[in-house]
Amino acid sequence: MVCPHVARVYITTVIEGVSQLFSIGIDMGSVGTKAVIYNGEMIDKIVIPTGWSPKNAGTEVFNALLKRNNIKKEQVKKIITTGYGRSSLDFADKAVTEITCHAKGAFFLNENIRTVLDIGGQDSKVIALDEAGNVSDFLMNDKCAAGTGRFLQVMATLLEMDVEDFSAINSTVKPQKISSMCTVFAESEIISLLANGVEKESLALGILDSIANRAVSMLKRVGIHSEIGFTGGVSKSKNLVTLIEEKTGLNLYSHPDSQIAGALGAAIIGWNKINLGYIE
Amino acid sequence: MANYRELWESLGVDLKKHDELCAVLPEFFEEIYLSQNDRPENMNYFNFVVSEIHGYRIQELADHKEKGAKVVGTFCVYVPDEITFAGGGIGIGLCGGSDFWIPDGEKVLPRNTCPLIKASIGAKLGNTCPYFSSADLLVGETTCDGKKKAWEILGEYTPVHVMDLPQMKREKGKLHWMDEIKIYKDKIEELTGTEVTKENLEKSIKLINDKRRALQRLYNLRKEENLPISGKDALLITQIAFYDDPERFTEKVHALCDELEKRAAEGVSVFAEGTPRILVTGTPMAIPNWKMHHLIETSGGAVVCEETCTGVKYFQDLVNEDNETMEDQLRSLTDRYLNINCACFTPNDGRIDDIIRLYKEYKADGVIYYSLPFCSTYAIEYKKVKEALEKEGIPVIMIETDYSLQDAGQIKTRLEAFFEMLDAPEK
Repeated sequence: MVCPHVARVYITTVIEGVSQLFSIGIDMGSVGTKAVIYNGEMIDKIVIPTGWSPKNAGTEVFNALLKRNNIKKEQVKKIITTGYGRSSLDFADKAVTEITCHAKGAFFLNENIRTVLDIGGQDSKVIALDEAGNVSDFLMNDKCAAGTGRFLQVMATLLEMDVEDFSAINSTVKPQKISSMCTVFAESEIISLLANGVEKESLALGILDSIANRAVSMLKRVGIHSEIGFTGGVSKSKNLVTLIEEKTGLNLYSHPDSQIAGALGAAIIGWNKINLGYIE
Repeated sequence: MANYRELWESLGVDLKKHDELCAVLPEFFEEIYLSQNDRPENMNYFNFVVSEIHGYRIQELADHKEKGAKVVGTFCVYVPDEITFAGGGIGIGLCGGSDFWIPDGEKVLPRNTCPLIKASIGAKLGNTCPYFSSADLLVGETTCDGKKKAWEILGEYTPVHVMDLPQMKREKGKLHWMDEIKIYKDKIEELTGTEVTKENLEKSIKLINDKRRALQRLYNLRKEENLPISGKDALLITQIAFYDDPERFTEKVHALCDELEKRAAEGVSVFAEGTPRILVTGTPMAIPNWKMHHLIETSGGAVVCEETCTGVKYFQDLVNEDNETMEDQLRSLTDRYLNINCACFTPNDGRIDDIIRLYKEYKADGVIYYSLPFCSTYAIEYKKVKEALEKEGIPVIMIETDYSLQDAGQIKTRLEAFFEMLDAPEK
């Protein structure tokens, strides 16, 4: 998942300045572990599956970033962790919540963002930002898998489809309404709908529609202010983006790097600490 | 705890099951309470009360009962203890703050019922709470639909008296509540055989007011820039206020306050400088429900005040002590109790004023709106509170959670994010 372009740019910088300093942000999420190396610009990024141990995954991405960019540990002056596994790395300088990091990262990718919608593997959240990119309010759905990446994954498995296949569905297919938000109940609902002969493509769109409804109601509760940045693994689903845009009447800003916004935000927080001379 | 098995057995406690509860509580208390740094020395009394939670006080109640006293168990800050004590009864606030009792409660209640109700009913039905077993009468009230229906079930097992609390604060509601207090007085007289007189009511008004004054003194010390006591410890004291001997409790709180005043004078704080100060508002936290305070104070925050029934709602108003007649006394009681701003009232704007006032008085940095699951009144009222606080520029988040620790990780994330937000450089 390395961006070859960014990696190449970096190689030239390292030759010029051996004593260059960096920060690294590591986002250990429930599904994926993401890391970014940063020095005012994003130098490189990496995404791997978290697996059972966020500690191992976090260590692995850290070492991989150092190795493939030919950077020494000593050059990394701040390591900030985030995500649900944020407290598991003992070599990190500080753990910051994914809410603050996602806001920072999204704001870096686009300074006009005032609302972040983040749908990750285990939870979904809406974050309101002020002009300076600081969090002013947030809402987090963390009680259950409803409306999260996990929900999408379970349903895709049930339909024997990949989440990516959802994007290839013909736009003429009519979405089947799924009334249950709960992963367990929705599963039984879909099984009965399949038994009644409903096409799986229209169920797939129905699933996306139910996630979109959930997201829109969260957005409305916090209050929608343009622009809206969409981050987290689920933001890669193009038809979900379209659905939410239709329901809100607003454009969603989705950056190709939005999946790593949390890790990027963590790296930026670390970098600011180096530059502002914070000692914690 | 000393050996109270005979006493428990005589009360009909299910010893085997009760042993399970007794086995977990000390460890739980140690982890949450005794692990704190720089606790005031005078917290020792309250540690003792908890360590003997089903012992010492139960023995005391049994001794009183032997001399003819009656024990009255209550669930709500609207039930006037003054009447209970005036009639020679002993009022004890019953708990229901542990998920230990929930499975027994769910035997007769729907699962989607508030944990406080499920635990209270479970404690009685499972015979695992000697306070319930000591009570000669339980007094319920109509503060929510769940409780109203639960009293009917509880009534199948033990004598229950229900006070009908009005849900609007109008003149006719006041008259009605005064009438309810009179009915309760008759009930107590019938139970104890002692007449409630102007003299004994005057004494009990003073007794309960003194307890409130002690708690007010304690809470005033939490307004200090340097916090001399943790939120967890303050919560524990308020929880104990509900069932301890009022006179002794008052004395012990004052002793603690003497120590805290010294700390305040020396600028001693139990928290690091810059720790965000949190006002907690919402549903009651019955002992041993210390979950929210523990999560806050282990995620980088400090609780400075509780706008809850196990907080200022319990003691912020005193009963007028200057009454000519008994009718005046009853009117003073009515006024004082109807001044509590519970979410069961409509409208309930007084609560919003309280939250904003307390936020300022306690120099809080943010508000955490705590709600037990399935508490519709408090959960719905969040919208109005949030809008009012936003207008004042006061940051607030809502956390809905029960007694189990399954969501502790997620709540910590939200709390930490909230504290990071309060700490942002622009703020």
